[in-house]
Amino acid sequence: MQCDVCQSKEATVFLTQIVDGKMQKVNLCENCSKEKGVNDPTGFALTDLLLGLGASQEIEKSPSSVKCPICGFTQADFKKTGRLGCSNCYTVFEDGIGPMLKNMHKGTQHTGKTPAAFHKIREHSEKIKTLQENLTKAIEAEEFELAANLRDEIRQAETELAS
Amino acid sequence: MKFSRIIANSGEWLSGDGPNRHIVVSSRVRLARNLRDKPFPGWAKKSERLEVMNSVKQAVECLPEMEESYSENLEALSPLEKQVLVERHLISREHAAKGVGSAVVMNAPQSLSVMINEEDHLRMQAIRCGLQLDNVFKMIDRVDTELESSLEFAYSAELGYLTACPSNVGTGMRASAMLHLPGLVMSDQINKIINSVNKIGLAVRGLHGEGTEAMGNLFQVSNQTTLGEAEEEIIGRLNRVIEQVIEHEQNARALLAQRKAITLHDQIGRAYGLLCHSYSISSKEALNLLSIIKLGIDLAVFPDAHRFPVDELFIETQPAHLQKDAQVVKMSSEERDALRATLIRAKLSQVPQPDIARLRLATPATTENQ
Ligand SMILES: [Zn+2]
Ligand SMILES: [Zn+2]
Repeated sequence: MQCDVCQSKEATVFLTQIVDGKMQKVNLCENCSKEKGVNDPTGFALTDLLLGLGASQEIEKSPSSVKCPICGFTQADFKKTGRLGCSNCYTVFEDGIGPMLKNMHKGTQHTGKTPAAFHKIREHSEKIKTLQENLTKAIEAEEFELAANLRDEIRQAETELAS
Repeated sequence: MKFSRIIANSGEWLSGDGPNRHIVVSSRVRLARNLRDKPFPGWAKKSERLEVMNSVKQAVECLPEMEESYSENLEALSPLEKQVLVERHLISREHAAKGVGSAVVMNAPQSLSVMINEEDHLRMQAIRCGLQLDNVFKMIDRVDTELESSLEFAYSAELGYLTACPSNVGTGMRASAMLHLPGLVMSDQINKIINSVNKIGLAVRGLHGEGTEAMGNLFQVSNQTTLGEAEEEIIGRLNRVIEQVIEHEQNARALLAQRKAITLHDQIGRAYGLLCHSYSISSKEALNLLSIIKLGIDLAVFPDAHRFPVDELFIETQPAHLQKDAQVVKMSSEERDALRATLIRAKLSQVPQPDIARLRLATPATTENQ
């Protein structure tokens, strides 16, 4: 059996992991397994390795001419390295990365830690969302005076968010 | 602080104490962070890497936690020094391969270390003895929050912390515990355990090897995914699984003592005999035999006072550690095997012969589990 990474040498290391019920397999030669740190549990994640192989094809859904304006990264670079160029690449290659993340993780929405600088933004966006829901209800109930007040509040919250 | 001074003492995670430490060697949490709109290290030009390194290094050195610290650019470290840091779990093998434009900062007790320009701009980790992932997370979380005030991290409301590899996006967190599981290996249950832990989305890997091939019966359990769950949820899930593995290991040890007492006595006696009388020993054989001695200490066959010296041998017998003490730059593997045997003989001569009559099972640490 051939090595999945270099496609030339005979594979001697066979890895199988079951992640969320899906079986993932990788076959590696001696050299590539060492290079990929398979013997070093602290540095190795099968997901990382798989990314360098099949999974990176997902990103091809973005048109091939797309280039990150900040770092100059293209999808061909991703296919080669399995890594992105900079944080802005996540926005540029959004269409391709989205489905990949879905296969790779528990969910697609971050629910963990938020840097303090983002607390305010998160609070404001949540506030605006609630106000908008109330606005829809007010309009349905034909409470136009309330709706006008809510509109003002939304506008104010939006200017605060922009500042 | 100088390299020689930091390395003269074992890290706190080796010498310290912690819950369930008979089975859980260490708990570690690592966070990946990047600066906004700066190319990731693997894609950055040398000048860009240097710029990021300088600003990050300064911010890290200013942390109150790093008041007494060791900070160095990687090109200033010899291959041997880098390998010593790898063997102590202070930097990754990938980081050791880096040169100009990468750095490492660690505190004196070696409980905190920050790799600058590894795969991400920052890979910071906290490590402590025993099972205490919650405390370890709190430690590294505080460092991360402190750094926020001087560094602007790449973050999106939807995807969380943005990392070079999409497999780390979200929390950017990898939490892991190193477990010593001789009972499960000796009773052929380890692969069953590994498979069932893998099934629930956690990764189990042997230290330097897979499954029963794991050296020293050491296994690392860690989270596999980083997006869609909060840090506390991930750690909670890990804790629950690890507590179950601990229980299985304790049961396996109890069963071995009851049903296969002679095999167990024989293994401990042979491990002691081999280690006391060998003149050449490979790293693999040494780790596997030391694991049995460690089990012997857990079972009271050897006095508990010898726990630390034996634990220390797990690190001290690694190739780079052997060479650094010998002050020899190049050493053949035969020379290393001989030196390793000498070191082990010297230390084990302090340990009395196994007293099988004293064999008892550690009382299950159920009170500590919660
Ligand atoms: Zn290969
Ligand atoms: Zn980019």
